[in-house]
Amino acid sequence: MLSIKDLYVSIDGNEILKGINLEVKPGEIHAIMGPNGSGKSTLANVLAGKEEFEVTQGEVTYMGEDLLEMAPEDRATSGLFLSFQYPVEIPGVPMVNFLKTAVNQHRIARGEKELTAGEFLKLMREKKEMIDMDTQLTNRSVNEGFSGGEKKKNEIFQMALLEPKLAILDETDSGLDIDALKTVAHGVNALKTPNNATIIITHYQRLLDYIIPDHVHVLYKGRMVKSGGRELALELEEKGYDWVKQENALQ
Amino acid sequence: MTDQDKILSEVTQGEYKYGFFSDIETDIIDRGLSEDVIRIISEKKNEPDFMLEFRLNAYRKWLKMKMPNWAYLKVPPIDFQDISYYAAPRKKPQYESLDEVDPELLETFNKLGIPLEEQKHLAGVAVDAVLDSVSVKTTFREVLAEQGIIFCSFSDALQNHPDLVRKYLGQSVPVADNFFAALNSAVFSDGSFCYIPKGVRCPMELSTYFRINSANTGQFERTLIIADDDSYVSYLEGCTAPMRDENQLHAAVVEIIALDRAEVKYSTVQNWYPGDKNGKGGIYNFVTKRGVCRGVSSKISWTQVETGSAITWKYPSCILLGDNSVGEFNSVAVTNNHQQADTGSKMIHIGKNTKSTIISKGISAGKSNNSYRGLVKVMPGATNSRNFSQCDSLLLNDTCGAHTFPYIEVGNKSSIVEHEATTSKIGEDQIFYCNQRGIDTEKAIGMIVNGYAKEVLNKLPMEFAVEAQKLLQISLEGSVG
Repeated sequence: MLSIKDLYVSIDGNEILKGINLEVKPGEIHAIMGPNGSGKSTLANVLAGKEEFEVTQGEVTYMGEDLLEMAPEDRATSGLFLSFQYPVEIPGVPMVNFLKTAVNQHRIARGEKELTAGEFLKLMREKKEMIDMDTQLTNRSVNEGFSGGEKKKNEIFQMALLEPKLAILDETDSGLDIDALKTVAHGVNALKTPNNATIIITHYQRLLDYIIPDHVHVLYKGRMVKSGGRELALELEEKGYDWVKQENALQ
Repeated sequence: MTDQDKILSEVTQGEYKYGFFSDIETDIIDRGLSEDVIRIISEKKNEPDFMLEFRLNAYRKWLKMKMPNWAYLKVPPIDFQDISYYAAPRKKPQYESLDEVDPELLETFNKLGIPLEEQKHLAGVAVDAVLDSVSVKTTFREVLAEQGIIFCSFSDALQNHPDLVRKYLGQSVPVADNFFAALNSAVFSDGSFCYIPKGVRCPMELSTYFRINSANTGQFERTLIIADDDSYVSYLEGCTAPMRDENQLHAAVVEIIALDRAEVKYSTVQNWYPGDKNGKGGIYNFVTKRGVCRGVSSKISWTQVETGSAITWKYPSCILLGDNSVGEFNSVAVTNNHQQADTGSKMIHIGKNTKSTIISKGISAGKSNNSYRGLVKVMPGATNSRNFSQCDSLLLNDTCGAHTFPYIEVGNKSSIVEHEATTSKIGEDQIFYCNQRGIDTEKAIGMIVNGYAKEVLNKLPMEFAVEAQKLLQISLEGSVG
């Protein structure tokens, strides 16, 4: 589904990612862990198409296509979803309008008929139940006045509505209390199918208690320094990132 | 230039959607301005003597006045002798049904998507459509007449209700108020007149569509609205103009008078031709709009969505004369390409316990300049008065400008005046967030801008708000036709 080969990325001349390789297949859950500043969010944003990052080398193939050549909105409508670390507020734009537009843009891209207001509201009700989303939130402006936890939950709610093929969750667990964390994890698990894939970017392993990854990668100073199964996350939790840093320093 | 900037500049350089010219025979008098021309206008319109005197008085005062130059605008020199001051459709229309109306004219309205008859009827709106200078069609007059409401063209009002016109004309905007108001007073061709009798709540929204149609014809509309004691009216003014190469001058005057406990809501969507991408052509819009809250506890509110015109010079104002009277100004002004706007409001507090609110949202794109200019003046006798002003500016790129010129004068110690202002650039993060949800940049900008202007759009009557939202999107989009 997603194939990243030898990816180098810079911002303002500073090289952040230095030769990333990653293969994600349908049905898989990958966790990318690493200390702050290792380039995790950069990777997420580059995949989503954020412009300020410059790809200096390497290639990314998504569903058989050159991802880096695609516009951000085309990446989105072909099933790539980013749950933002810091969801953006758009004052005055009702959540409902925003979501309806987003869902319908996806449908147009797939050659499907746009949903009417009634059909959309029905879909929204279903998904709200699934995520245990507060009904009031969708009546407000996009992310405006939402608490940190509500913003993150709102991202997963959008994921539920858009049903992506590849979801990238960028620090979705940060700022969540344990109850919210469980709800979010429950949502992600409920959306799981053999045909879609998830990349979880996180600093802590605690989210991985609820969403069990097939693969765990450790990103440090722009490189994937370790890859393994779920046990790697537990090992990291136990030994801390210093372990990775020391090991890396020795090499 | 980043890709996003490119898209931004592409979508903000949209061509004017309503650019076309309809070919209706018109009756135009020769260019130029003199007392003789004014006499001809007055004679053609069969006006009472006091009207001619009013015009001549204004003209004589205008001759001694100079064009104002204090606004943040670059106005090319205007040759007032090179303008024709009167144009009327040759077939003076007095139609009973739509079938009798010049089909060309109907076609013009259709192109604009103006539902002159049925749709408006369903929506409960009476339309007094003004093409060039003479009212072409007035609807629903009978329904309104049953309640004693007078809603007609200014010319008709002069014929049928001369005493009312004489009593109130020039009361809000004196003939020599300013250069353009004086010019309008001298040569105004037609416009709308509205009188709501005591205790009557106008059952429908009154609506007028204005439209400039003849080459080189300055358009001088005159509107007079009088709300008698305990009455209410909501008045809509909307306009679009066909694409033109030569600049056209538009100097309208709108006067409102609200008597005891009366309320007038005046809403405008202004979409005159703004000129092309290079700043060629476009309407010069020099408008004087003023309402006097003459009665106690009366209220006048101005709501405007301004997207058109090459140059806009416009300050809808309220004079709060009656105790406890209320004035409101809500504005969204969009400038794109080479458009210039210097617009805002004046709130003059004279009565006690008077209140006013100013909400101004400026949106600038292209190489345009968008200025807010406002005066809040509290006279010494206007004790316990309040004003709140909020002036926000949104910039869509680095080549446009936004300016704020607030003037505040408070003459007593018991009054409170607050002013808030913000300037922001449209957020790249907001656009990216929309992109990531599958929404392209053009749609995203439309959405963000509408969200930004929502507070004001919400003040518009429902159907107008929908129109205005589309207009905001169109004026910032690349879509043609």
